[in-house]
Amino acid sequence: MREKCVPLTTLPRGEVGVVHELVGGVGFRSRLATLGFTPGARLTMLQNFGHGPLIVNIRDTRIALGRGEATKVLVERMTNGQ
Amino acid sequence: MASDQIQNPKSKIQNQITVALAGQPNVGKSTIFNLLTGLSQHVGNWPGKTVEQKTGTYHYNGVRVNIVDLPGTYSLSANSLEELIARDYIIRERPDVVVTIVDAAALERNLYLLAELLSLPAPVVLGLNMIDVAEQQGVQIEPHVLEAALGLPVVPMVATKNQGVRELMEAVDQVSQACPERRRNRATYAPIRPEIRGDHQAVLAQIQQFIAGAVPDPYPEDWVALKLLEGDEEITSMMRERLDEARWQEVHTILMQHEDAILAVAGGRYEWIGRMVRAAMVRPRMGQVTLTDRVDRVATHPFWGLLVLAGILGLVFWLTYTVGAPLQELLDTYLVQTGAEWVRSALSGAPAWLVGLLADGVIGGAGMVITFLPILVIFFAALGLLEDVGYMARAAYVMDRFMHLMGLHGKSFLPLFLGFGCNVPAVMGTRIVDSPRARLLTILVAPLVPCTARMAVLAVLAPIFFGPYATLVSWGLIGLSLMMLAIIGVALHELMLGGEHVAFIMELPLYHLPNARTIGLSVWQRTVAFLKKAGSIILVVSVVVWALSVLPGGEVESSYLAAIGRLLAPLGALMGLGWRMMVALLTSFVAKENTIATLGVLYGAGEEGARLAEILSGVLTPAAALAFLAAQMLFIPCVATVATIRQETGSWKWTAFSTMLLLVLSFSVGIVIYQVAMLVGWGV
Repeated sequence: MREKCVPLTTLPRGEVGVVHELVGGVGFRSRLATLGFTPGARLTMLQNFGHGPLIVNIRDTRIALGRGEATKVLVERMTNGQ
Repeated sequence: MASDQIQNPKSKIQNQITVALAGQPNVGKSTIFNLLTGLSQHVGNWPGKTVEQKTGTYHYNGVRVNIVDLPGTYSLSANSLEELIARDYIIRERPDVVVTIVDAAALERNLYLLAELLSLPAPVVLGLNMIDVAEQQGVQIEPHVLEAALGLPVVPMVATKNQGVRELMEAVDQVSQACPERRRNRATYAPIRPEIRGDHQAVLAQIQQFIAGAVPDPYPEDWVALKLLEGDEEITSMMRERLDEARWQEVHTILMQHEDAILAVAGGRYEWIGRMVRAAMVRPRMGQVTLTDRVDRVATHPFWGLLVLAGILGLVFWLTYTVGAPLQELLDTYLVQTGAEWVRSALSGAPAWLVGLLADGVIGGAGMVITFLPILVIFFAALGLLEDVGYMARAAYVMDRFMHLMGLHGKSFLPLFLGFGCNVPAVMGTRIVDSPRARLLTILVAPLVPCTARMAVLAVLAPIFFGPYATLVSWGLIGLSLMMLAIIGVALHELMLGGEHVAFIMELPLYHLPNARTIGLSVWQRTVAFLKKAGSIILVVSVVVWALSVLPGGEVESSYLAAIGRLLAPLGALMGLGWRMMVALLTSFVAKENTIATLGVLYGAGEEGARLAEILSGVLTPAAALAFLAAQMLFIPCVATVATIRQETGSWKWTAFSTMLLLVLSFSVGIVIYQVAMLVGWGV
């Protein structure tokens, strides 16, 4: 079941989300889109301590994001891992 | 369109072809480059850029193949200098073949670069590297199925085990064959190109219509249209200049209506990739915990990660002190001093100035370069190893929150930390910082990290001036240096980057076993770069400073150097320092250790440490001594570091800026400390 869009920073460790939108400048969106953060892409939160940078797994790659960057990635949270 | 471009008659006649090696970072591209070229490599910079360029050659089937290693890039947009270099090379230099290396363990993301490459007019060969790693993770890939889907040669490889290299050479040879009849197995090169999604196809056609005829050679028109739609800054400004006002307005209006097209374009490319790999790849069930995940639970933890980092750095420094420092002394005693003595005895009949020039100036300078080597090699090896196993990104990750406070990227931490050993590898190590401006900022603050030589001077002088308080003063001064580093870092960040936030977006690559060849070559190349470029500058400067210290009369007291010191006396007076102390500061430019030797000569204390201590503690008040030590810690780094800054920035302007910055900083801090200390009554 899908919930509404939340910033990536609110996704707890182990949870799965689907990229919904990137907010920010064209350079920022281009960099992230290139790395696989395109609408519809699934990602898994690997590390998120509620402060500092976080790590997600997207398209078989571990990507570290600063907290500022992660708030600009809006995801749909998936429950039950599906 | 592509099939006629493959036939490049010029290169066939000369029986040599040019191959560009492309790939995303962390795919083993440099390992493959090393395997292909061996020691035939040439390392330089891209014309007009400070990005490293590696070229090399190999021979296959009677053809000489020139390989150009493109910078590792995730895509061919204008997101970084590396991406601009890579795409400019392919568009302008027209290589006969582009080989792109992909990591089989992250195939989909890696194929993004291929999706971009296919819209450029150069035939592509795909090197599917790390299939062993992919298999360990349960990912099965059928190269032949992928080859059939993509319509271009796919070569499975395990570069770390030297597998697939000949097959890659064969595939390059096949694709580069000019005449179809000479092609053996693979009849045609007919790649399936990604197409933009239906909803944007009409828009793209419209743009292409408006720019038709205005696109400068050798840019492909359809590619330029696509880049405009993506919002590519470089191409946008290029076309704004090329198009007349009316047409630009038309294009601009379309672009404004589709500002978010980059997401659709990138999404479309990933959809294309999904279709291409669907039949070729079997994926494991989700939720597998890999070795990398397990290691990272500790290595990227905010607390344990810091401990791991501290442990690794401790080990590097332990190695430096137990292996590097004794080696350095051995080299100094047996090579440099023996050499100087040999010159003196061999030239006993020659004029004194010649003996002095050779023994003190030339051998002194060359000796300094040589004695640097053990520490440099250890640092470069450590840097290369940590980079190769994939740890570097983790170190950057755990340090990022601290480095961000002064506008630096997490990746700046490691080079700066190496600065505690020696500023030279610190400046060279900034190559791992990928944003050019963040790298320049790191280079500019690096000399403020107190190196071992500065701390050695501090360790000798602090007890002389401050007796029982020496430790406290030393720690205070080291703290002062680091505080200045933070302040200058924040200030330069505001001025140079306008306080712009440095985005932290970084791939954490899979851990893998280190490759001795890759590390060995990187140590070799960095060491040679230091010897060639910095070495000559060090030699010249050390001869010049030697000449200044003996001309015209042969005595330091009456030399030009002393004259400069006297000239600086009014400035010194503000810090309570006489001209001798100023000269000591100046000679520390050649090597930090020179400070003590110069003081010994100028105060006539000879080689005896005890007498110097007695004299010095008499001439300086505590206020002046503190000012002197502070100025010494913040003064211009040694000539080796300055030469390396010149080499790494590729600019005399920034080198001069760095020198002036530190000169002003060290004197200002010295003056402030002296004046404040006088006020609180330390002047007696």
